Amino acid sequence: MANVHQFEVIVVGAGGAGLMAGLYASKSAQTAVISKLYPTRSHTGAAQGGISAALGNYEEDKPEWHMYDTVKGSDYLGDQDAIEFMCNEAIDAVLELEHMGLPFDRTPDGRISQRPFGGHTNVETGKPVRRAAHAADRTGHMILQTLYQQCIKSNVTFFDEYQVVDFIMADGKASGIVAIELATGEMHTFHAKSIVFATGGHGRIFEVTSNAYAYTGDGAAILYRRGIPLEDMEFFQFHPTGIYKLGILITEGVRGEGGVWINGKGERFMPKYAPHVKDLASRDVVSRAIITEIKEGRGVDGKNYVYLDIRPETVNKFAKEDGRTNPDGSPYNLTAETVLKKIPDIIDFCRVYLGVDPVTQMMPIQPTAHYTMGGIPTNKFGEVVVDDKGTTIPGLYAAGECACVSVHGANRLGTNSRLDIVVFGKHAGLKAAEYAKSAQWTNLPGDADSAARSDFEALRNGSGKVNAYDLSNEMKEVMFREVGIYRTEKDMQSALEKVREMQTRYKEIRVSDTGKIFNTELLNAWELGNMLAVAEVVALSALNRKESRGGHSREDYPERDDANWLKHSLVTRKNGKAEISYKPVVITKYQPKARVY
Amino acid sequence: MEVTVKIFRYNPEKDARGNYVTYKIEAEPTDRILDVLEHIKGKTDGALSFRRSCAHGVCGSDAMRINGRNRLACKVLVRDVGANITIEPLLGMKVKKDLIVDMEPFFNNYKKMTPYLVNNSPLPADGRERLQSPEQRARFDESTKCILCAACTTSCPSFWANDEYFGPAAFVTAHRFIFDSRDEGASQRLMVLAETDGTVRCHTAYNCTDACPREIHITQAIGDLKMAMVTGKLE
Repeated sequence: MANVHQFEVIVVGAGGAGLMAGLYASKSAQTAVISKLYPTRSHTGAAQGGISAALGNYEEDKPEWHMYDTVKGSDYLGDQDAIEFMCNEAIDAVLELEHMGLPFDRTPDGRISQRPFGGHTNVETGKPVRRAAHAADRTGHMILQTLYQQCIKSNVTFFDEYQVVDFIMADGKASGIVAIELATGEMHTFHAKSIVFATGGHGRIFEVTSNAYAYTGDGAAILYRRGIPLEDMEFFQFHPTGIYKLGILITEGVRGEGGVWINGKGERFMPKYAPHVKDLASRDVVSRAIITEIKEGRGVDGKNYVYLDIRPETVNKFAKEDGRTNPDGSPYNLTAETVLKKIPDIIDFCRVYLGVDPVTQMMPIQPTAHYTMGGIPTNKFGEVVVDDKGTTIPGLYAAGECACVSVHGANRLGTNSRLDIVVFGKHAGLKAAEYAKSAQWTNLPGDADSAARSDFEALRNGSGKVNAYDLSNEMKEVMFREVGIYRTEKDMQSALEKVREMQTRYKEIRVSDTGKIFNTELLNAWELGNMLAVAEVVALSALNRKESRGGHSREDYPERDDANWLKHSLVTRKNGKAEISYKPVVITKYQPKARVY
Repeated sequence: MEVTVKIFRYNPEKDARGNYVTYKIEAEPTDRILDVLEHIKGKTDGALSFRRSCAHGVCGSDAMRINGRNRLACKVLVRDVGANITIEPLLGMKVKKDLIVDMEPFFNNYKKMTPYLVNNSPLPADGRERLQSPEQRARFDESTKCILCAACTTSCPSFWANDEYFGPAAFVTAHRFIFDSRDEGASQRLMVLAETDGTVRCHTAYNCTDACPREIHITQAIGDLKMAMVTGKLE
């Protein structure tokens, strides 16, 4: 075993959660961050609209309201202790980002500017509240840049372009990870006391997705193979506003600025589905409304898309009808100039990819696979929890989209993912360092990298009868069609069988590139194995849950069923088979009630 | 439509020097160049190597030369460039394999700019945000857009002539902080910019501005820096 490194804390992944964990762990423990991408390439950078916190910079707002909205948004599946913790930490988290230098947009009096977002309300009046702190429509980009800058300032050690491939345990404790250096193809073993997984989501298992190529569920798949359960994997968010066909995200901030949904008949349709907040309803509600409009023949030109309209004349017409006002009470009035200033990147996407100018034309939109609510089960300190009794694995942590705390439950509210990565990235880093300072070194097994070596050898030596690219596309198409926005027993059963059959065919892959340097073909093939593992768990969990809740909408079980299903599902791999178990939802302040917007 | 794609190939484990390989494939006019590359890699030549991640122009992984101009492969469509497409790695950087270049020197230059907010003054007593007017915020808005893709730096003749030149991307980073009203590190950054490999090597060729996929007016930003160095004022 060559190339052995030793650090007290290893953070895997360098998006918002990984950088925050690295930044905080490195304050007291010897820390390294390893990432398959250069940190600034991470998918946090694609987040657009904002980060939520009850700063109240325009109007009254409270962490309690933020908590209530998040609980309701989660369709009561979120753990309320963790949600309360996150919402209470939110204000300081956003202020800390500002102190670090994040260039938030400003209010006229120089404070951090905030905009409305779907599902964020004044709980007393039911009206939308401006809670999303934003930096134009590139808030995630600014979070990623700012945290990377702070890591440079603090001299955090990075291993850029190292792909994690395995997790090593010894005596029931985290002991290390194995990674491949992309530039050389060399395998490295990192011996550590604490390991924080911050590897992001797995949206690439779906055909139409807003997610980066990198989003292949690596961390979740690695831990799942090593016997760690995955929680609530049936819950995946389909974002209502994807660019038609491409899936590229149009920020919900467009709706915050007054954007209106229009069907193929030219009708504003959201008041039918969400009479109170209308176009600003929660993401799962809008995605289902769009699909219903399309199914009932009101897509544009009979196709599977609708329009989002941010043209000032449309926005102002409906704002007047709705009685929408500015913070000072004057009537809301959007100008073309404001549109250009507030959503420049969106304008650019539409022009580049569609040849459409949103200031004068409507945007063709369809829902796109967007966010992984489920993942590696953790508590609010980022400690990985493996059962319903709170049992943890010493030294193992997870944070960000790969983790399931669970603060998003069955459906995440817009802007809460940025808050999640900042808050739980920080606490996972702190906890990982605290543990590392008190723990003894484990005995790293002498053959730590042997399993990973044989996995990669297999990919080089398959029969070659199966093409990895075709297999990957087949999986994505099946998952999007059969485990997508609306689900049925028949479709999900079919998807599960197909994915399992694809796992068998996967063994026939042979990578044609025999080299070591930047063998991206080999790494892509390995990532496909992760996606197939995760896709199986998603399909299985979805098939198993016989109700509709948040992002999981079944045509055959259209109602939420709290009597039987107000519980988290866990899927654990035992003796090569996936086993399902459950754990209770933590309910503190808010008893479940019907979720109406 | 059928497109002819000529791609620069170099595998240091096999090739003494780079060469061009031509592929003919079917593509839609609305396909991204990145889709074309993925298709070739997936169906024809698995060894073809390039970096990519977000696929919509915000992560900065896939900057390359497309028909002679630095572009992000995910932000150029086939209809933008036509049926004959030549794809090459960025110029002026060491090619590691095919379209993948060595980014280390680029990030080292970025780090020379003290790329973080410098402010040693006490935080507001109430623990809240440092105040900044919308006008002050607007002053450096453009330079916050930079995604560090290196399209600008590797389009610059001064960089081609001299590897040590910090390059336009580093200057955009310097600009982002120097003109931030909350920052107190301007003087130390301006000292670095005044070095031999600093802004003095910018001869306003405007290649950087043309190359920027984020439409940052980079030459203008460098002009702002030069003016600050001459006048000692941040306006």
